[in-house]
Amino acid sequence: MSILSMTKTLMKSVFHGPYTLLYPIKKKEVFEHTKGSIEIEVADCIHCGLCQRNCPTGAIQVDRNSANWSIDRLDCIQCYYCVESCPKKCLKMGNQYSAPAVKKVRDEFTNARVSGN
Amino acid sequence: MGERTVIPFGPQHPVLPEPIHLDLVLEDETVVEAIPQIGYIHRGLEKLVEKKDFKQYVFVAERICGICSFIHSLGYCLSVEKVMGIEVPERATFLRTMWSELSRIHSHVLWMGLVADGYGFESLFMHSWRLREQILDLFEETTGGRVIFSACEVGGVRKDVTVEQLQKIKSTMISFEKELQEITNVFLNDASIKSRTKGVGVLTKQMAYDLGAVGPTLRASGVASDLRSTGYAAYGKLNFEPIIETDGDCYARTAVRIRETFQSIDLVKQCVDMMPEGDVRVDVKGNPDGESFIRLEQPRGEVLYYTKANGSKFLERYRVRTPTFANLAPLLEMLKGCDLADVPVIVLSIDPCISCTER
Repeated sequence: MSILSMTKTLMKSVFHGPYTLLYPIKKKEVFEHTKGSIEIEVADCIHCGLCQRNCPTGAIQVDRNSANWSIDRLDCIQCYYCVESCPKKCLKMGNQYSAPAVKKVRDEFTNARVSGN
Repeated sequence: MGERTVIPFGPQHPVLPEPIHLDLVLEDETVVEAIPQIGYIHRGLEKLVEKKDFKQYVFVAERICGICSFIHSLGYCLSVEKVMGIEVPERATFLRTMWSELSRIHSHVLWMGLVADGYGFESLFMHSWRLREQILDLFEETTGGRVIFSACEVGGVRKDVTVEQLQKIKSTMISFEKELQEITNVFLNDASIKSRTKGVGVLTKQMAYDLGAVGPTLRASGVASDLRSTGYAAYGKLNFEPIIETDGDCYARTAVRIRETFQSIDLVKQCVDMMPEGDVRVDVKGNPDGESFIRLEQPRGEVLYYTKANGSKFLERYRVRTPTFANLAPLLEMLKGCDLADVPVIVLSIDPCISCTER
């Protein structure tokens, strides 16, 4: 009967249990290439500034003098354009999301070998 | 004849996912006129083309809309490639087509959920969106993003897809088709849904044509116009026929979208079977210089891109005419003479995407 067309689906749902995951007990698996957050191997960074120049949102700042590389996680749109433009391949897109934040904080990375600290 | 009253509808309204304001002029319970007002979420994305270079702008272009994001980036890339005379590798064109069709499935299933919510059919809404998750997971696995992929670039695509992923896409499509069949039977056969959609918001073939309707709104009125038949990307190599219905009411528009979803599933399967080997991107050297005009088929209908470049790395002008903008004039005609209670269903039946319209 046409008014009962939904019944089959609903009955299945009754016996299936929830389709959603019981977060935080069970977390959703992330895929290998999920765009999570940018990671940097700062020891390999030569501070050329290409990532800063190519970043569409201006989230990355590179300071050659202090050998500092920093990123604003809330400005980053995970386009991984910086990853593609890095000549030393020291940037990569990790598959874990960055932690939630209540205010804008820059994640700073300093190359100890270059800065001499 | 009753006294005329004006009822504001939107921009905040339970059935509206995005803000549009309509002043509904009523006589008793019947709408005699609807006056639209848009402009709540204009973001100036077209102007940004002067600030971001032509390779960076892809990321802005795909943020014009959250649902048809991939097709916006595809349209932008096709425009710039046309200006620069770039030949994209064949595998890239097939990947672009596959992701476009998956986007269409995800958009149409999202719309089914929204319209079910519009009727007040909550369980159907939940089940539609549950099915949509499978498509979003496929996106996440193949491109890294669930809604915004950043997969398209000028000169090809930025991600290749492995053989295992292609097989997974195909097997998901087969199981998804069966599950979707159950849900769509409800949309097409349920008596309560039919009573809300049959004969509501009728747009005749002549009116649809004269008012410049596009996409499923136009095809539901019996005009076989689908830009995919022009053969852009890899559509020319796929077996494809535009889907039409003739009644022009909300039921016909629902039926067109549902049949298109199954057609898209078939097109994705065809893409997987025919996927050629090879590179997915070519190097782009130099800056664009010239003009181009591109038309594509989005889930909501025909979209137009005009690009003007002046030889520098910044484009001079980028213009997008989105399908919802074209469908607003037909919507106002559909609303004339309808009941106030039918307004939400009619507004949803054109699948409005206001953030596209205002950019």
